[in-house]
Amino acid sequence: MPGALQLLWLVPALPLAGFVANGLLALRRPPAPPAPPARRAVSIIGVGVLLAALALSVAIVLAFQRAGAAGPLVFPYWEWLPVGDLHVTVALELDQLSAVMLLVVTGVSSLIHLFSVGYMGEDPGYARYFAYLNLFVFFMLVLVLGASFPVMFVGWEGVGLCSYLLIGFWFNERINADAGKKAFLVNRIGDVGFLVAMLLIFAHMGSLDFQPVFAQAPKLLAPGGAAITAITLFLFLGCTGKSAQIPLYTWLPDAMQGPTPVSALIHAATMVTAGVYLVARCNVLYALAPVASAVVAGIGALTAFFAATIALKQWDIKRVLAYSTVSQLGYMFLGVGSGAYAAGIFHLVTHAFFKALLFLGSGSVIHALHRAYHATHSHEDAQDMRNMGGLARHLPWTSKLMWVATLALAGIPPFAGFFSKDAILSAAFSLGDVHPLWYVYWLLGLLAALLTAFYMTRLMLYTFHGPNRTGERESAHLHEGPWVMTGPLVVLGALSVAGGALNVPALFRGHAWLEHWLEPVTAVATRLRPAIEVPLGTEWTLVIAAVAVAALGIFAALRLLRPEELVPARLAPAERGFARLLWKKWYVDEIYDFLLVRPLVWLSREVLWKTIDLGLIDGAGVNGAARLSQVLGWVGSRLQTGQLGFYVVLFVGGVLAVLWTAVR
Amino acid sequence: MTLTQIVFWTFSALAVLGAAMCITRRSPVASALWLVQTLFALAALFVVLDAQFVAVLQVLVYAGAIMVLFLFVIMLLNLGRPGPSDLKGPVGLAVATLLGGLLFFQLLRGATPSAAGTPAGDTMAQLQQEQGIVGAVARPLFSQYLIPFEITSVLLLAAIVGAVVLAKRKL
Amino acid sequence: MLLGPSLGVSAVLFALGVAGVLLRRNAIVIFMCVELMLNAANLAFVALAQSLGVAGQIFVFFVMAVAAAEAAVGLAIILAIYRHKQTVDLQNINLLKG
Repeated sequence: MPGALQLLWLVPALPLAGFVANGLLALRRPPAPPAPPARRAVSIIGVGVLLAALALSVAIVLAFQRAGAAGPLVFPYWEWLPVGDLHVTVALELDQLSAVMLLVVTGVSSLIHLFSVGYMGEDPGYARYFAYLNLFVFFMLVLVLGASFPVMFVGWEGVGLCSYLLIGFWFNERINADAGKKAFLVNRIGDVGFLVAMLLIFAHMGSLDFQPVFAQAPKLLAPGGAAITAITLFLFLGCTGKSAQIPLYTWLPDAMQGPTPVSALIHAATMVTAGVYLVARCNVLYALAPVASAVVAGIGALTAFFAATIALKQWDIKRVLAYSTVSQLGYMFLGVGSGAYAAGIFHLVTHAFFKALLFLGSGSVIHALHRAYHATHSHEDAQDMRNMGGLARHLPWTSKLMWVATLALAGIPPFAGFFSKDAILSAAFSLGDVHPLWYVYWLLGLLAALLTAFYMTRLMLYTFHGPNRTGERESAHLHEGPWVMTGPLVVLGALSVAGGALNVPALFRGHAWLEHWLEPVTAVATRLRPAIEVPLGTEWTLVIAAVAVAALGIFAALRLLRPEELVPARLAPAERGFARLLWKKWYVDEIYDFLLVRPLVWLSREVLWKTIDLGLIDGAGVNGAARLSQVLGWVGSRLQTGQLGFYVVLFVGGVLAVLWTAVR
Repeated sequence: MTLTQIVFWTFSALAVLGAAMCITRRSPVASALWLVQTLFALAALFVVLDAQFVAVLQVLVYAGAIMVLFLFVIMLLNLGRPGPSDLKGPVGLAVATLLGGLLFFQLLRGATPSAAGTPAGDTMAQLQQEQGIVGAVARPLFSQYLIPFEITSVLLLAAIVGAVVLAKRKL
Repeated sequence: MLLGPSLGVSAVLFALGVAGVLLRRNAIVIFMCVELMLNAANLAFVALAQSLGVAGQIFVFFVMAVAAAEAAVGLAIILAIYRHKQTVDLQNINLLKG
C-alpha cells in the first residue's frame, strides 16, 4: 500500500492539533486585546493545519486512485467499546465516497479559514474562533471518514457541538445564545433517531461497522420489510435534524446568528450536508427500503419548495441564503431518495462551492457595511438588504462573483448547479414510471427551481443594484475587503463555474466522471434499483424545461422588482397579506411554539417541577422521610417515660417474643 | 412415692410459697424473710439433686451473707416501718400476672426433659463416689475453669471498690 | 429422676421473680426478686448437672459470685440514690425520662 494512505489518520489529527494549540492560546489571559504577534500565530496555526490537511488529502486521494482498490480501505486503530457481542473499533475508512467528501471538506474549509482571517481580524475572540473552527473540521473529517456508525456518530455529535459553539460565538447577546440552544436542541431530536437506528441495526445484524452491515443487509433483511424501513426512517430522522429538513429545519435560519464564515462552512457547505452523506453512505439500506426512499425524496422535494417560498420575502441577506440552503438540501435528499446517489453527492459538492461563495460574498458585504457603520457610529442593521443597494459600485469583485454563484444556484448552464440540479430532477422524473407520485416530486422540484431563480435574483438586485440606501456618509466608507477575503471568493467562483465538469452527463458528450468514480460505492444499490431507460427526447425536454424555468425566474425578478422603490429598513412599512405570511415564515416557529414548546414547558413546569419534583420528590420523598423520622423520634421519646416499671414491661414483652420464636 | 420425692415436693412447695409471699408482702423486711425461706428450701432441693456442696454455699453465701446485707440496708434506710404500699394497683397486678403466666408457660414449653438432651443417668452421684463430694466440684473448678474462677476474684474486687465508692458519703 | 419436676419448679420461681419485678415499686424488693430469678436459674443448673455432668454446678458458683458482687454494688447504688432523693420508690425516680 502506498505510503500516503497510511497517513490517513493525520488528516483529522492535524485540525485536532490546531484546535489544541489555538485553544491554549485562547485560554491565555488576558484574552483581549490580542497582540498582533499572537494573532499571527493563531492565523498561521489555524489556516496552516487546514492547508496541510488539504495537501495531505489530495495526496491520499491520488494514492487511492493509483492503488485502484476495488473495495474500501479500512484502517482500524484501536478497540473502543468491546461489550459482549458488540465490538466497536475506532477505524477510518477510505472509499470513493469519503474521498469526495474529504476533498470537499478540507478544500472548502481551507478557503473559509483563509477568509476568516480577514473577516474576524478585529474580533477579541480570534483564537477561540479558530479553535472552534479547527475542532469542527476535525469532527467533520471523523464523520466522513468513520468506518462504523458509532465513529460516525462521534463526528456527527461533534459537529453539532461545534455548530452550537459557533452559532453562539458572540454569546454576550441573548439572541445568539438562544439560536445556539435552539440548534442544539432541535438536533437532539434528530440524533435520537440516529441512535435508535443504530440500535436497530445492531439488533438485526449484530454489527455496527459499515462493511459487514452493508454486505449482509441484502441477505439478512427482507427488501421493503418493516425492519429495514424502520432503520432507514430513523436514520432519516437524524438527517432531518442535521440537514435541516421538514419538520426540523427551523434551527438553520436562526443559526445565521453566528459569524458569516461559520454560516458558509458549517451551515451551508459541510455540516448540514452530513445527512445527505449519511443517506448516500447507507445507499444499500435505502435501496432495500423503497418506502423510506420515497419518504426521503418526498420530504426533500417538499422542503425544497417550502423553504424557497419563505426565501422570497426575507430581508436579512443571510436568512435568504439560509432558506436557500434548506431548499437546496431538499434537492439533495430528492436526489438520494430517488436512488440517484451520485447526483445527490454531485449537488452536495457543487452546492458547497456556490453556497460557500454566496455566504462568503454576503460576509464580504456585511463586513463592508459593518465597517462603514462603525466608521460613522451608526447602529443600522448591516444584514438587512433594505439598507444595501447599489453595492456593485463599491464591491465590484464580490458583486461579480456572487452573480456567478447566483447563476450556478439558479441552474443556468454551463455553471455547476445546472448539471447537478438537472441530474436530480431527471432522476426523480424517471421514477414517475414506477409511481406517479414521483411526478409530483419532480414538479415540486421544478417549482422550487423557479422560486430559487427568483429569490436569488431579488437578493442580487436589492443588494448590488439600484440606488444606494446605506446613507450618504456611510457609503464613502464602503470598499472591498483585503485579499485574504477576496482570494477565497475568486477560487470558489472558479469552482462554481467549472464544478459541473466533474460530472458532465452523456447527454452533453461528457463522461459522468463522478458517477463512475462513485460506482463501487453505489454498485449494490444500483443493482437493487429498477433499471429505467429514459428516452433521449424526454431527457432533452427535461433539461430545456429546467433551464427555461430558471431563466423565467430570473427574468420575472428583473421585470417585477423595483429596487429604486425600496426604503431603508427603519422606514419600511410592515408587510401585509400573503407577503406577511411568507415574511413570517408561514408562522412555523409560532406553530411549533404553540404546539410543542408551550405544552412541554407547561408539562415541565406544572407537572414535572411543581407536582413531581416539589410535591412528590421534595415533599413526600425528602421532607416526608425527615418528617417520618421526626414522628418516629417523637414516638420513641414518648416511650422514654423514665418509669422503670414500664421499661420492665417492655423488656419482658421482648423476652416473651424472643422465646416465642426461639423455643419450639 | 419415694422418700426423695416426698422431700423434693415438700421443699419445692416451701420454695414456691416463700417466693409468692416474698413478692406480695407489703413490708420489705417480711419480703426479705420470706425470701430467706425460699433460699433455704432451695438449699434442701440442691441436696436432693446431688449438689451438697452447692447447698452449703447457698446457705452460707445467700442466706448468710447476701440476705443479711439486704436486711442491713433496709434497716439503714429505715424502711421497716409500715408505710404506703409499694405494690402497684390492679392494673399492675393484672400485667404482672399476665406476663408472669405467659413467661411461665413459655419456660415450661422449653424446659421439658427431652429438650435438655437425653439424661445420662446419675453422673453426679458417680463422680461423688469416685472423687468425694467436694472433690467432684473442686477438680474442674481449679483446672478446667481456673481462668473464669480467677476472673471472678477480679470481679469481686471491683465490686468491693465500687460499693465503697458509692456508699461512702465523702471520699 | 427429678429433672422434669425440678425444671418445672425453676420455671415457677422464675416467673414469680418476674412478676415480682413487675409488681413492686420498692427498689430493694425488686432487687430481691432479681435474686429470686437467679436462684431459679441455679436450680435449673443443678438439676441438669445431676445427669449431664459437673459443669452445671460450677456455673452455679459463678452465678453466686456474680450475685454477691451485684448485691454489694446494687445496694450501694440504692444507698446513694436514697441519700440523694430520700426515697427508694422507683415511681419517684425517673432520671431516664427522654
